[in-house]
Amino acid sequence: MSSKKESVSRTIIVALLVCLVCSIVVSVAAVSLKPVQVKNQLLDKQRNILLIAGLLEEGPSVAEQFEQVTARLVDLRTGEFSDAQEPLTYDQQAAARDPNLSRALEAHEDVASIRRREHYATVYMIENEDGIETMILPIHGYGLWSTLYGFLALEGDLNTIRGLGFYQHGETPGLGGEVDNPRWRELWKGNVVYNEEGEVGVQVVKGTVDGSDPRRQYKVDGLAGATLTSRGVENLVRFWMGDTGFRSFLQNLKAGEA
Amino acid sequence: MANVSAKGVLFDPVFKNNPIALQILGICSALAVTTSLNVTLVMCLALTSVVALSNTFISVIRSQIPGSIRMIVQMVIIASLVIVVDQVLKAYAFNISKQLSVFVGLIITNCIVMGRAEAFAMQNPPHLSFLDGLGNGLGYSFILIVVATIRELLGAGKLMGYEILPVISEGGWYQPNGLLLLPPSAFFIIGLIIWGLRSWKTEQVEAKDYPMAPQSRAVKEAM
Repeated sequence: MSSKKESVSRTIIVALLVCLVCSIVVSVAAVSLKPVQVKNQLLDKQRNILLIAGLLEEGPSVAEQFEQVTARLVDLRTGEFSDAQEPLTYDQQAAARDPNLSRALEAHEDVASIRRREHYATVYMIENEDGIETMILPIHGYGLWSTLYGFLALEGDLNTIRGLGFYQHGETPGLGGEVDNPRWRELWKGNVVYNEEGEVGVQVVKGTVDGSDPRRQYKVDGLAGATLTSRGVENLVRFWMGDTGFRSFLQNLKAGEA
Repeated sequence: MANVSAKGVLFDPVFKNNPIALQILGICSALAVTTSLNVTLVMCLALTSVVALSNTFISVIRSQIPGSIRMIVQMVIIASLVIVVDQVLKAYAFNISKQLSVFVGLIITNCIVMGRAEAFAMQNPPHLSFLDGLGNGLGYSFILIVVATIRELLGAGKLMGYEILPVISEGGWYQPNGLLLLPPSAFFIIGLIIWGLRSWKTEQVEAKDYPMAPQSRAVKEAM
């Protein structure tokens, strides 16, 4: 190796040039691909919402199908609609980490093990002439390894479950990962959230639900080999349907005051 | 390297000098991304393009790189390529990039990439370095595809998401083996592949570092 190549000035020049070229390449790639990525993320979310509400059809594009859905922001503290944030671009996952947009949960409240709850949530609604046809609520909570993010879709009575599903989780494939199994998700359909006493009745039981059980409309079969994930799902549904979640919003909505 | 032929450079890493099976590099991602074949194929493609391109670029400027910052320069080039690949995947294969999550980013730390840059690209011309990168990518892909095929087929009864063995929970007859969906199973499969390869190509068997010594008389008496 020549001494010229190893000189200090040479070293600095090579380092600078390499960094310059690389940074240009990286910036160009990041900036030029950004619009496609944002579009994909949005499409992916819309697709998940439609899929979980059981509305996704083959033919028309996701964006077209999503036109029937209205996104609204809900203030979880008051249980009323709010315009504090733009509902479609509001990043709920980021808000849950921001002390200005969320609050720490007391240990006894934190059924879903999420530690902080954001003040605002984006809900998705499909309305017809008679009012709300489907109400899709964002839910999340801790399973065995990871936080599960998903949606719970309710019928117009705001009590009967239309669908439940998760679009992001890191549970064990084949065990807890079976939360994605369409057969299991189908079990939620038609179940009821609140019992006669107005409490959240949802339960994920071990094994299968007994067909003669008088409370079977609240119960769903557990996932085989995934007790903790099943319990996590039960807890997160209880949390988000309870007082710290959407209960007051749903009650206001029923009373026509939201 | 004494006699470097393009063909040898390209195909040797597949069986003769496989980066995973012989050099035992890149095991981390081999365990993590092989639960489904779809994801594995994308990962293989990502890694192969990163190794091939980083080898090429490093080889092009190899005579300009000062020895004192050689590794950092290699790292910068590799890291930039990985970011570009990650961005492209996010834009055009969003679903799969979600499943690969951090593992695309972790290609930066994959020893195969750095290893080839340091061991081959720094001494050889660009076209051979490109082939070497491609070859090592192929070697990596070969093992990963075998592992992923076994894991997805026996662990979930599917291949590329299509049902091959109808599983009991879907009304079929196959009881999937849950162990194969967990990372340790990839260890077992890679172990078996290494065993197979070394029984076939016996020159790959390494000499024992510490052969067991015959017991001395003193030890025997002490027992």
